[in-house]
Amino acid sequence: MSARALKAAFPLTLPVMAGYLFLGLGFGVLLHQAGYGAPWALLMSGGIYAGAMQYAAIGLLTGGAGLLQSALLTLLVNARHLFYGLSMARPYANSGKWKPYLAFALTDETFALLSLSPVPDGIPDTQFYAAVSLLNQLYWVAGSLLGALLGQLLPFDLAGIEFSMPALFVVMLVEHWRKKEARASVLLGLAVSFICLLLLGPGRFILPAMLLITGLLLALQKQPDAGKEAP
Amino acid sequence: MKAFLTILVIALVTAGLRLLPVYLLGRNGRALPQSLLLLSSQLPGAIIGFLVVYSLKDIQLGVPARALPAALGALTAALLQHYRKNTLLSVFFATAVYMVLLRLLA
Repeated sequence: MSARALKAAFPLTLPVMAGYLFLGLGFGVLLHQAGYGAPWALLMSGGIYAGAMQYAAIGLLTGGAGLLQSALLTLLVNARHLFYGLSMARPYANSGKWKPYLAFALTDETFALLSLSPVPDGIPDTQFYAAVSLLNQLYWVAGSLLGALLGQLLPFDLAGIEFSMPALFVVMLVEHWRKKEARASVLLGLAVSFICLLLLGPGRFILPAMLLITGLLLALQKQPDAGKEAP
Repeated sequence: MKAFLTILVIALVTAGLRLLPVYLLGRNGRALPQSLLLLSSQLPGAIIGFLVVYSLKDIQLGVPARALPAALGALTAALLQHYRKNTLLSVFFATAVYMVLLRLLA
């Protein structure tokens, strides 16, 4: 990891830093209230590193859920990550010793950031991916540690701070929208997800929406490409 | 011990989901089928659309005190980003708008 790669990656990760510090803080506070202190926050944010699932895990820990139940819930909540790996398989193909970590650290925000930001000039691709991934996890771990340590000492009311995540995704959507060739995919993703959410509800729409998006993208790419690809 | 095992199981399943496609599809010297290559270039845009809906999934659309701050917060983010192109600024003000409205309408 070169200092140059970190320096180039840092400004791009600032919005994620804001979101992760606050979301991590919220997680740490809740975990602390559930009776699990800083070492547990470190273990979970270091070893699981998946925001929504870690919030859900607090319920599993305090509710005494079985291991099979925990595994199944994780599968449901995090199945969307399969699609990030699918998309990043090619950029990560030649990342050598960084490959396992790059794949492990592929959260919603890291994936969104990397799929949007071109690698800066003069920085090897893998170094840049690694710098972004590491910085983002650092923010997440720092936020949750802070939350677990400070507990309820925080003097101000943070309700609503979690909106930094949807705000970041809206910003990324606007940036994707600037690329004309990406607009159809963006609209398809929005529409399919929204319809699935209305029909199936927040607890059940994730996997069907992802499968439908993938299926539709695959089905729709056939016609226009058949002509173009003929040599 | 039980808590540790639960965390281990969650960590293993999560890592499995993230590592599997990268290792199955990204082996050196193995070309991906054309349709998968095209898909991997189209997925990011579609997933951003999904993530916007996903991150707002728990906002109840029928409750104005919850839906209005979210709608205006999202609009703030979109407009600021469109005109000013400063991600940090957009995220900061959108979150501020949301937090203020949440308290005003409560």
